[in-house]
Amino acid sequence: MKQHYQRAAAALLISLLAIGTAAAYTLENFTFDDPARTAEFRTLIGELRCLVCQNESLAGSQAGVAQDLRKEVYRMMQEGKSRDEIVAFLVARYGDFVLYEPPLKPATYILWFGPFLFVGIGGWLLWRTVQRDKATPEPELTAAEQARLQQLLTKAGD
Amino acid sequence: MSKTSRALIPLSIFIALAALLFYGLQLNPREVPSPLVNQPAPALTLASLKNPQQMLTAERLRGKVSLVNVWASWCPSCRQEHAELMRIARENNDVQVIGLNWKDTRPEALEMLQQFGDPYAEIFFDPDNRAGIDWGVYGAPETFIVDAQGIIRHKRIGPINREVWQTEMLPIIEQCRGQ
Repeated sequence: MKQHYQRAAAALLISLLAIGTAAAYTLENFTFDDPARTAEFRTLIGELRCLVCQNESLAGSQAGVAQDLRKEVYRMMQEGKSRDEIVAFLVARYGDFVLYEPPLKPATYILWFGPFLFVGIGGWLLWRTVQRDKATPEPELTAAEQARLQQLLTKAGD
Repeated sequence: MSKTSRALIPLSIFIALAALLFYGLQLNPREVPSPLVNQPAPALTLASLKNPQQMLTAERLRGKVSLVNVWASWCPSCRQEHAELMRIARENNDVQVIGLNWKDTRPEALEMLQQFGDPYAEIFFDPDNRAGIDWGVYGAPETFIVDAQGIIRHKRIGPINREVWQTEMLPIIEQCRGQ
């Protein structure tokens, strides 16, 4: 029993160490005197896409280009550049694709408003169908059907 | 609207959607359009690969249509396109092939040229990705077509082969020649 605990503790320690190094690996050397600036830096590189591994942010990617761009973002922040200036710098070179959140402009209207449009169309179709359903009267039963209905109802009552 | 044509609406929506998604599958997600196309070439102040003492600037791109080819010795696709670059340089006297040796080391880059030949009129040496960031480079090989006035007219992402040259690049170079 004691052995089990020891093993579990060792595994926990190893996984904690692994997490520690993984985080330190990408963010080492990138420290600011002001903790708020550090937080701003981490948020910013998390919002930028690495163009080499397109499903990763600059913060998470180990690609050489991502490392270079992290350094570049860090350098610009050290120079006191604002978030918007840094984003504009990268967009001018790599295009809107570096942003995970596409900017609102005519080319992206369909992306931003398309879902609302489709929900609107769906809602309109639903409303129309319901209205039409209300407008059509229930069909009258024939005498034979009435008799059969009565029979079934009384039978169920037994 | 008749009943049959109404019944066909969902089917036609499905076919249109399938066609759109199928078209999407054919696109290469690695080909990100560059905002630099139709813009003046960014700064390019670097040492020459072959003459470390010589400093080169973007002025070197003026006066002739240039192919600015981003390459490195560690990049397999660059080797793959090398023979085609050699042919382009040989057969097009009015086009200069300019190298941007990217994130590489001088000895390894020179060794590759010794082994496979040198198609480049001049090579800018950028081991630290300084000009690379300004040019929006995110992988090798990439090739920019820059006209004689120093305006970027096209960016090719990925290796060049005969077909890419004929169908994608040559028409743009013809336009640059006509200017």
